[in-house]
Amino acid sequence: MVRRPRCRGNSIVFGFHYRLERKSIWFVVAIVFVASIGGLVEIAPLFTIDQTVEKAPDMRVYTPLELAGRDIYTREGCYACHSQMIRTLRDEVERYGPYSLAVESQYDHPMLWGSKRTGPDLARIGGKYSDEWHVAHLDNPRHVVAKSIMPAYGWLKRTPLRTEDLGRRLRAQRKVGVPYTDAMIAQAAADALAQTEPDSPGAEGLLQRYGEATQVRAFDGIPGTLTEMDALVAYLQILGRLTDLAHQVEAGTRQ
Amino acid sequence: MIAQLTSSERQTALLLCAATMALGLVMLIAGLDNPFGIHGALVMACAFAVMLVVIAGYFAPEPSPTRLRQYYDDPSKVGVVLAMAWVVFGLFVGDWVAWLLVYPDLTFDAGWASFGRIRPVHTTSVIFGFGGNALIATSFYVVQRTCSARLADQVSPWFVLLGYNLFCLVAITGYMMGVTQSKEYAEPEWYADIWLVIVWVTYFVLYMRTLARRREPHIYVANWYYLAFILVVAVLHIVNGLAVPVSFGEARSYSAFSGVQDAMVQWWYGHNAVAFFLTSGFLGMLYYFLPKRAGRPIFSYRLSIISFWGITFFYMWAGSHHLHYTALPQWVQTLGMTFSLMLLVPSWASAGNALATLNGAWNKVRDDATLRFMMVAAVYYGITTFEGSFMAIRPVNSLSHYTDWTIGHVHAGALGWVAMISFGSIYAMVPWLWRSQAMYSARLVEVHFWLAVAGTIIYVMAMWNSGVVQGLMWRTYNESNTLAFSFLDSMVAMRPYYIARAVGGLLFLIGAAVGSYNIWKTLQMAAQSRYRTQADQPEAELDGAAAALPGE
Repeated sequence: MVRRPRCRGNSIVFGFHYRLERKSIWFVVAIVFVASIGGLVEIAPLFTIDQTVEKAPDMRVYTPLELAGRDIYTREGCYACHSQMIRTLRDEVERYGPYSLAVESQYDHPMLWGSKRTGPDLARIGGKYSDEWHVAHLDNPRHVVAKSIMPAYGWLKRTPLRTEDLGRRLRAQRKVGVPYTDAMIAQAAADALAQTEPDSPGAEGLLQRYGEATQVRAFDGIPGTLTEMDALVAYLQILGRLTDLAHQVEAGTRQ
Repeated sequence: MIAQLTSSERQTALLLCAATMALGLVMLIAGLDNPFGIHGALVMACAFAVMLVVIAGYFAPEPSPTRLRQYYDDPSKVGVVLAMAWVVFGLFVGDWVAWLLVYPDLTFDAGWASFGRIRPVHTTSVIFGFGGNALIATSFYVVQRTCSARLADQVSPWFVLLGYNLFCLVAITGYMMGVTQSKEYAEPEWYADIWLVIVWVTYFVLYMRTLARRREPHIYVANWYYLAFILVVAVLHIVNGLAVPVSFGEARSYSAFSGVQDAMVQWWYGHNAVAFFLTSGFLGMLYYFLPKRAGRPIFSYRLSIISFWGITFFYMWAGSHHLHYTALPQWVQTLGMTFSLMLLVPSWASAGNALATLNGAWNKVRDDATLRFMMVAAVYYGITTFEGSFMAIRPVNSLSHYTDWTIGHVHAGALGWVAMISFGSIYAMVPWLWRSQAMYSARLVEVHFWLAVAGTIIYVMAMWNSGVVQGLMWRTYNESNTLAFSFLDSMVAMRPYYIARAVGGLLFLIGAAVGSYNIWKTLQMAAQSRYRTQADQPEAELDGAAAALPGE
């Protein structure tokens, strides 16, 4: 056996510990107590201090199609190689755009800030490239960027998007705090399809519910079919464009 | 193994299997049209397989009452075998995805095989599959020896071990089907999370019950660490896993937290998974197996106390250093950086305590690759914790964050510290568990050691270089004061390092395969020799007269 060091209680601290380590229950209590302090001090105030998240009146929620695309983004593990968090550093702002604000991921359950850039940051990718570019790039990245090491996602174009559970997804999102209305939940599946059909009657209702600026088009380039490619491209095209606040903040600091 | 269970324990085991199968059936029916149902079928199949094993041994004679005077090591034995299986699988997947970064088209045109889905298969297999099984196996072994007490019962250790492996299996098959919460190092969905809570509470209760039976007045240091590991991981797992499922029959759920709060919770979890899963538990191993193998007492009892409470207190503050310069409020970033720096004190106290313990036994370190595994682990622990504190400094982090430097840091810890201390402990424990004189081949242990060291160094050096190059390229300006390199330039520059990394990983994988072969041969050897000398082989007795064990 390991020789047990003989340390009688010849100091207050170690003497106390010498007695504590004989009581398993008190030892457990001590561990839980000591380990809880850090988390409580750092995390609890984030929910109560008002300045933690900025106010952005123009912030809108994801449409059902964009939410479906976001779910594909998480399913495929895109966050493992792409961040969505531009730091407050000069080179990042010049490369990617205004630094990210907390409010921009206010409705992101969970957040997808990421921790690694094997590929570039995507926080402001929305509108930077055309839909055609995204579709070709996702189909095989090396067709558009010869030296890319990103995986090819050819099956997205071939896989029809599952829409029957979108209403339930929106409802679950509402339970965790995203302000989806009853109409949004009821129309979720129809709205997903409508977002790819610009001239359809459904598109009007979609614009009513999510705002005139909502992008409505056949994202995968093939009208009439709703694929996972539609959803993912719709999501990529909205990234960084749910609110304009970050650009306003940047303009404000320039003046 | 079933012969060791009493008939009432066999019945309990059958009931548990039946209950798990029923659970699987409910999942299957509720989730027929999505992966939730497939997982139900998987749960049923696993429970059925265990049930068959129990039935096959059901009519074996009752175990002898003398077993209660011996340690109960069967779960530890199975745990060791499972840990080695997971590590070979997990390293293989890791090396596979490493090559995908060099040859991205070297894959199948299907979702399950793509990088983003199998990368978490790698991380979960090595951290939770290998690390978790090694922790469970050694904790059962250590708690009995240091308490001079047998495990409190014979069913719950199996529930913990097998239930935990079911969790790992559900997790990795889920990723390949696209089932993930996307929370780093906590990807499994809500139902796997709930299952793990049940397993973990059982683990905690078993551990406390065994401690309550101890014949030693004091709880030994190793058990403090194992206790902290079990307790704090439970707290982290429950808080970080809070989520609302889309419906009962669906795999998908949405996190209860969003945005900045979610980021803080995730990295509070993430960094403390490093602290309490990958550090605390493995320090428990270190505090038992290193002094044991070296034949030296722990250098300083007081250093152990300081480092234990320092780690338990400081680590919980450090998670926010993953979010420097982000939308997280600055005061939280500053706290995270400050505590990360202070963390160096207890970390080096542990590493120093371990190395000072070897004073007087350095000749053994030279001759014995098993002890050398543990020594190198302690050195890597010191290096990695220093590097971690360094990288937590905000300006350093501005360079290192988002780059491969982080990956290099993690692997210095994961390969150099976690895997090395596990291999060292397993090589020490296997002959003791199976009562063989020594490992099948000391030379193969030596081969494994050098492959592991070489692989780690190549891997870590490659990632340090690529990380620093990448970070510098991103922030380099040319004479006209604009960014000098496109992102693509920095990515193309990574290629040679990615090749080196994959080669380093391959060496580490070969080492683990050699180790598995060696352990397998040791098991065979032990089985044969036991068959020959069954009559006079001494079993480990509880009253400390266990000195008959070779090497112990």
